[in-house]
Amino acid sequence: MTEEKKDFFVSDISLSYQYTAGNATTRFLNKVAEGKLVAQKCPKCSAVYVPPRGSCPRCGIATEEELELPDTGAVESFTIVHIPIPGNPIVPPYVSAMIRLDGADISFLHLIQEIDLAEIRIGMRVQAVWKDKSEWGTTLENIKWFKPTGEDDVDPLVFKFKE
Amino acid sequence: MKDIYILAYAQNPIVADAKAANEVELIMPVVHQVFEQTGFTQNDIGFTCSGSCDYLQGAAFAFVEGLSAIQTNPPIKESHVEMDAAWALYESILKIRMGDAETALIYGFGKSSPGDLPFVSTLQTDPYYMSPLWPDKISLAALQAQLLMNKGVLTKKDMFKALTQSISNAKNNPNALVTAVPSEDDYLSADYLSSPLSAFDCAPISDGASAMIIGTEEAVAKLGQPKIKISGVHHSIESSNFGARDLSTSESIIGLGKKISLKSVKLDFAELHTQFTYEIPFIRGLLDLGNLDINLSGGPLAGNVMMAAGLDSIGKSYELLKNSDFHNGLAHASSGPCLQQNMLVHLEKIND
Repeated sequence: MTEEKKDFFVSDISLSYQYTAGNATTRFLNKVAEGKLVAQKCPKCSAVYVPPRGSCPRCGIATEEELELPDTGAVESFTIVHIPIPGNPIVPPYVSAMIRLDGADISFLHLIQEIDLAEIRIGMRVQAVWKDKSEWGTTLENIKWFKPTGEDDVDPLVFKFKE
Repeated sequence: MKDIYILAYAQNPIVADAKAANEVELIMPVVHQVFEQTGFTQNDIGFTCSGSCDYLQGAAFAFVEGLSAIQTNPPIKESHVEMDAAWALYESILKIRMGDAETALIYGFGKSSPGDLPFVSTLQTDPYYMSPLWPDKISLAALQAQLLMNKGVLTKKDMFKALTQSISNAKNNPNALVTAVPSEDDYLSADYLSSPLSAFDCAPISDGASAMIIGTEEAVAKLGQPKIKISGVHHSIESSNFGARDLSTSESIIGLGKKISLKSVKLDFAELHTQFTYEIPFIRGLLDLGNLDINLSGGPLAGNVMMAAGLDSIGKSYELLKNSDFHNGLAHASSGPCLQQNMLVHLEKIND
């Protein structure tokens, strides 16, 4: 039998990790599992972070003080996605938006649904639509999406970061 | 050329598993400590540089997140090396020598517990010819250790001696992770992870962070503390192709010893970035260190935070000089498998 010659071989590159969110984000996620959005405040510049990462990146200090925020806010920015992303179960077109919760100084990415796509705009007031309580876990996916509240828009200048 | 001094150094307690704490939460305490030691704030820092490895976190650009531990408003001059923070120190030294800064903050951090470190390290080898073969960090070290034993450069007894001395010295470092000295029987009868290395021969998986502040003569003069000067610093690297290296010696380390003029200095101690027991007698021989005290802090065998342990060698040398009658210390940092890249730092206490 002649030995088969190979010019190449396939080498898999994969590693698995036990990801940890951080002490501060862990506290946030445990509250999310109870249906609460608990932000953290910088003791120096008073900026309010949600989701909190445990530090104020402007001041470089820990954000220990916690405060519960409502599940209402406004659209700080958005994009309408028309192209399907492999593995993503959401059917286009849909709205991905940066949501600024009332009382927060940063926004986070989430979906907006129950909306006419032509209506979406910066400053639009929105509220969270939660999954059934039985499905809650330690994830922001407890919120299915945000939907418009019909209230008057906020002035986009409120999104300017506090000095 | 401006003289550069170490002004402050801090190290987190080294732990085997920092659990939920993320890198930012590990970095913040040490950065705050070096500010406390100097009375500085971020506004007094001319240049900030960090050392870390994104593969440890398993996320691209993970080092950017680390910056959340630093005050960045108003904006700062900042850089990062995908290496041990000893090389972040080196970049900071260059920055100060260029006249671009008077002071620098350096920090290094590593959380190794979330992944399989020996294989995570593989991804730092050459990506075309080496990492697809998945040689793990311990096996590569074992290759060099076995070669050195075969050539009669060192013995298992030498390795045991290096281990017991290091771990006994770990009592000098309140942040050390390993402090239990094994018996010779336990050591010699331990199963090999990769012949001739057992778990005793390998630095422990560790999580932590360290930080340092350096500055010019003007900066150190204001502090009213012993002046610890970086009198010499050099680094050099060998090929990433193991086949092109003679693993039974180290051109890099021997060359650095000459560059840093070790022969003309009466050293009091050396802190070596030795992640495996065999590396201690190996480097002792290469640099002709005789009976010099090595790793009085316990060194990496007592706690080895990836991407910070090299900076720790320099930081622990600084602490030793500052708190004792010693005048001259040698610190070593390394990077890459089988001591591929090395840095030597000569630290000197300057009497006014």
